[in-house]
Amino acid sequence: MTIAGALPTDEVIAVRGLTKRFGDKTVVDNVDLNVKRGEIVGFLGPNGSGKTTTIRLICGLLHADAGEGTALGHDIRTESGLIKMQTGYMTQRFSFYEDLTIRENLDFVARLYDLKPRKDYVDRTLERLGLTNRQNQLAGNLSGGWKQRLALAACVMHEPKLLLLDEPTAGVDPKARREFWDEIHALADEGLTVLVSTHYMDEAERCHRIVYIAYGTIVARGTVKDVVADSGLKTWVIHGDGSGKLMAELRNLPGVEQVAPFGTDIHVVGTEGGALETGVTQVAKERGLKAEHGETSLEDVFIKLMTDAQANEQ
Amino acid sequence: MRAFSLSRVGAILMKELIQMRRDRLTFAMMVGIPIIQLILFGFAINTDPKHLPAAAVIEDTSRFGRSVFAAMQNSRYFDFIATADSENQAKEMLARGDVSFVVTVPTDFGRDLIRGIRPELLLEADATDPAAASGAVGAINQIVSSGLAHDLRGPLETLKQDRPPVDVVVHRLYNPEIITQYNIVPGLLGVVLTMTTILMTAMALTRELERGTMENLLAMPARPVEIMIGKIVPYIGLGFIQVFVILAAAWTIFTVPMLGSLSLLLFALLVFIAANVTLGYTFSTLARTQMQAMQMTFFFFLPSILLSGFMFPFRGMPVWAQWIGEVLPLTHFLRIVRGIVLKGNGLADIVPELWAIAAFWAGVSLVALLRYRRTLD
Repeated sequence: MTIAGALPTDEVIAVRGLTKRFGDKTVVDNVDLNVKRGEIVGFLGPNGSGKTTTIRLICGLLHADAGEGTALGHDIRTESGLIKMQTGYMTQRFSFYEDLTIRENLDFVARLYDLKPRKDYVDRTLERLGLTNRQNQLAGNLSGGWKQRLALAACVMHEPKLLLLDEPTAGVDPKARREFWDEIHALADEGLTVLVSTHYMDEAERCHRIVYIAYGTIVARGTVKDVVADSGLKTWVIHGDGSGKLMAELRNLPGVEQVAPFGTDIHVVGTEGGALETGVTQVAKERGLKAEHGETSLEDVFIKLMTDAQANEQ
Repeated sequence: MRAFSLSRVGAILMKELIQMRRDRLTFAMMVGIPIIQLILFGFAINTDPKHLPAAAVIEDTSRFGRSVFAAMQNSRYFDFIATADSENQAKEMLARGDVSFVVTVPTDFGRDLIRGIRPELLLEADATDPAAASGAVGAINQIVSSGLAHDLRGPLETLKQDRPPVDVVVHRLYNPEIITQYNIVPGLLGVVLTMTTILMTAMALTRELERGTMENLLAMPARPVEIMIGKIVPYIGLGFIQVFVILAAAWTIFTVPMLGSLSLLLFALLVFIAANVTLGYTFSTLARTQMQAMQMTFFFFLPSILLSGFMFPFRGMPVWAQWIGEVLPLTHFLRIVRGIVLKGNGLADIVPELWAIAAFWAGVSLVALLRYRRTLD
């Protein structure tokens, strides 16, 4: 319709009211999502919250039951062919050919996108992602980290403008994850727009912005700082005793929402206000333990969002 | 730990039962296949075919000739569907497969009969499928004698004594020595190709689905028709490798003759293989798993083998079964390959059969393109 014209050109993803049902279950419910050029947006939410479905709706792998919008200025309902040409989609499960070598997989992708000269594209991509030495290994024999690298290589080779990554670092070791994110940032610096779904909080913190989805509905969005501030949560840390008994006692205090052990420390998270502070300091004093203000983490906020959403759903 | 535990056997057994119940298609096929096959093949298959089409060449119009035709018709082995004006025309009908027999009543048949010279009655049979013709050929002497019995009365009574009044000459055309291999080996070419090429391509998309690579393929800019062509062409090549192996064996080991043109046979094979691999690909767009694709292939393969005229005479089947057979590419291919190899048929003779295969090909291609899922919905 007129969306493409009405929005500023730097809106790479602009969708409104996106809805998808499987049978009588609404998996994505009235989702609005905007992503600007060069942004890295983290897409978070519990398992089965609709992250993968939303991503698939944007790149045309699923038909939306309702809603409209554009990706790269093309209508997601009618122009998925054009969107596919300029989008790199990395699936949650490794979905390249395990009985082909790294190089053969990239050759296959290069041919599909009609990249010429093909050898140059493949060589450059192998080089960029450090795959040159392994190019003749079968993809099926690679470890998780290398598979992920191959998948990233394959979806950036055709120089897309939009990258959709669906839990790209699941099952990958920390070093490989860090390298992966460095690469994502380098690509974003070159103007690539990235929408990435993840479960890892440290990864969420590396995004410019985050969007939190639960039960198919977006429940929070903004920078990490904003989301933490908007939650209205306060955190106290009690040092020196991580026992279950103390945790049980803390849970019963007024205003306490979450109690979590961190080694010999206990993090107590609750809604802002006097009740939390009085309760926690009181308990700590009784036991001769030290209690102090802590920083509320994104994880604490997400657990609250998840619990709240669950309560709404039931 | 005990050496054998009934409880552990029970655990496996229960799990299998649950999985069996969940896999409805397999269960339906286990129950459905025997029923369908019993009914289909039990009624359709007949190894002593009756009502085979025949042409008459009438060069003598005496009542004796008419009696012979009437007796043949009454025997139910022969169905006279045409009267040929000349011996050549009758031969063409045999070559095209329009008729299985040509019966010639020669000039002066009646006169020679009365004179007791024992005229010849010529029965030419299409022996490309020896089994199909054997019943009628075996019964022909008896049929002719009893047919004339009525006419040979009074003064002609003596003609019936000692020897049969007519000398029935049987020509088994195309395969005079009744070598079964001449019929079976070219047919096997079609059967083997049907089995293997369909099975290979039936896995084409289900394999991608099961390995999870389908999602990626869909996310990239490949159109359904591009994927289809890319997936079936390699298997056409593979089919031709089989063709060369089978043909080499047919000529060296089984010494099957080759009367027609090899390039015409290869062209017909191209159409036949293309139709089969496309059918396999169509199965893979319908099936969800490789197992289902295999079951579909098997389901198609059985009628192909039983109703195509490969194992049992096509014309021995009831009409409804012949209609099913007419749909199958193998039926038409068998006529083409036997025609080219044993009869020396040319392009004009096989064109109708080629069209039938091409129509089948077009039909399954259409289904494949319509059924191809562009999304994961």
